Amino acid sequence: MSKFKVVHYINQFFGQVGGEEMAHIPAEKRMGPAGPGLAFSKQFGDEAEIVATIVCGDSWFNENLELATKTVLDMVKEESPDLFIAGPAFNAGRYGVACGTICDAVKKELGIPVLTGMYIENPGADMFRTEVLIVSTANSAAGMRKAVPVMAKLALKLVKGERIGASVEEGYIPDGVRRNFFDKKRGSTRALEMLLKKIAGKPFETEYPMPTFDRVPPMPAIVDMTKANIAIVTSGGIVPKGNPDRIESSSASKYGSYNIEGVDDLTGETYETAHGGHDPVYANEDADRVIPVDVLRQYEKEGKIGKLHDWYYSTVGNGTAVASAKKYAAEIAEKLHNYDVDAVVLTST
Amino acid sequence: MVKEIERTGIPVVHICTVTPISMTVGANRIVPAIAIPHPLGNPELPFDDEYALRRKLVDKALEALSTEVDDQTIFEV
Repeated sequence: MSKFKVVHYINQFFGQVGGEEMAHIPAEKRMGPAGPGLAFSKQFGDEAEIVATIVCGDSWFNENLELATKTVLDMVKEESPDLFIAGPAFNAGRYGVACGTICDAVKKELGIPVLTGMYIENPGADMFRTEVLIVSTANSAAGMRKAVPVMAKLALKLVKGERIGASVEEGYIPDGVRRNFFDKKRGSTRALEMLLKKIAGKPFETEYPMPTFDRVPPMPAIVDMTKANIAIVTSGGIVPKGNPDRIESSSASKYGSYNIEGVDDLTGETYETAHGGHDPVYANEDADRVIPVDVLRQYEKEGKIGKLHDWYYSTVGNGTAVASAKKYAAEIAEKLHNYDVDAVVLTST
Repeated sequence: MVKEIERTGIPVVHICTVTPISMTVGANRIVPAIAIPHPLGNPELPFDDEYALRRKLVDKALEALSTEVDDQTIFEV
C-alpha cells in the first residue's frame, strides 16, 4: 500500500531558520520532513509520509494574511497531498493564527483533511476551533512530545476517513460538533458522582459546558476631543531604558506604570521594549513606533486633545495568560478612573 | 485588556496589526497598524515621513474614539 502524502506547515523557529529576527521571512518549501515533522514521521511509520515542509515567518504570514495564504496554498497544491498538518503552535499567537488560517484555507480550497495543535488560550484557537480540528496542547514547546502522538493518531484517522471520536477521547479542542459515544458508566451514575463532588466542594467537570460569550458593549464616543484626557496602554512592553520593573519578555507576571510628564519624545536612549515575542530592534530605536507619545504630546500642545495622561501603562503580551492580562487591566482601569481619563489608546505588537 | 478597560466605562481604541486577533478578543474600535514589531512606524521611511504616518494612525484612532459604534468596527486608515 502506498503511503498517504502529508504536507506540514511550520514557522521559522521550528524550521530552524532563526528566532524573531527571522520572523519576516516569506514562505519557503522544503522537500521531506523538518523540525517537529521528524517526530510526526516516526509516529506515522509506514502509513504516511511528509513529502514537503513549508517554513514561514510568523510576522510575514500575519502581516500579509491574504498573500501568505495564497502563497502557502499554492505550495500545498503542487504536492497534491492527502493530508495537511500545521504546527503545533502551542501558545505562540501569530503562529497559531497562521496555522488556523492556512488549515482553514487548505480544507476549503483543496478539500483534504487538515489538523493543527494549539494551547487553548492561543488566539488562533478561538478563531478557528469551529472550522478546523485543533489538538489541545501545552502552552510551550516543552509539550511537543505529548502533542505529537495525539496529533499523529488523529491525523491518520482523518486521512483514512475513520470516525472521529468526541473531543475528550481524541484530545482536540471542542469544535462545536456533538459526537456520540458510549461511556462505561450510565448517565445517572455520572450525574450522581458529579453531584456528590459538588456537595463535597470538590472540583468536577460538567459534560455540557455553557457557551461563554464574553463581549463588552462599546462605550459611548468622546464628544469633545479637545477636552478629553487620553491615556496610553500597551501590551508592546515599552519600558524606561533598563526595564526598572523587570517585566518579563514572555508570560509577564506584572505591568508597569511610567510617568511621562514633560516627555515629548521617546528615544533609543530613554526607552526600550521588554517584549520577547518579536524583533525588538525597531521599538528599541524609537519606542514612539509602539506608543505614540510624540504625536499625542504634540496634539496636546496643539489643543487637538485635552490632555495626554501623565502615566502610561505597559506589559508584555507574549504568551501572557488571559487571566493575568485581565487582572492587570482591571488594576490599570482603576488608576485611569482615579485620574479621570476619558479614553484609552491601546497598542499591541 | 481592551475589553477589561472598556468594561469599566472607558472607551478604548485598539491599534494593532493582526486585526483578526483584535476581533477575537473583543475590541470594539480597531485601527489596523503597520507591522507587528513597529505598529505605529515604518523604519524604512525617512524620519519626517514616518512621523507623518504615525500622525495619520493617531488621527484615525482619535476619529474612532469620537465615533459612536454599535458593534466591533475596524477603522481603515
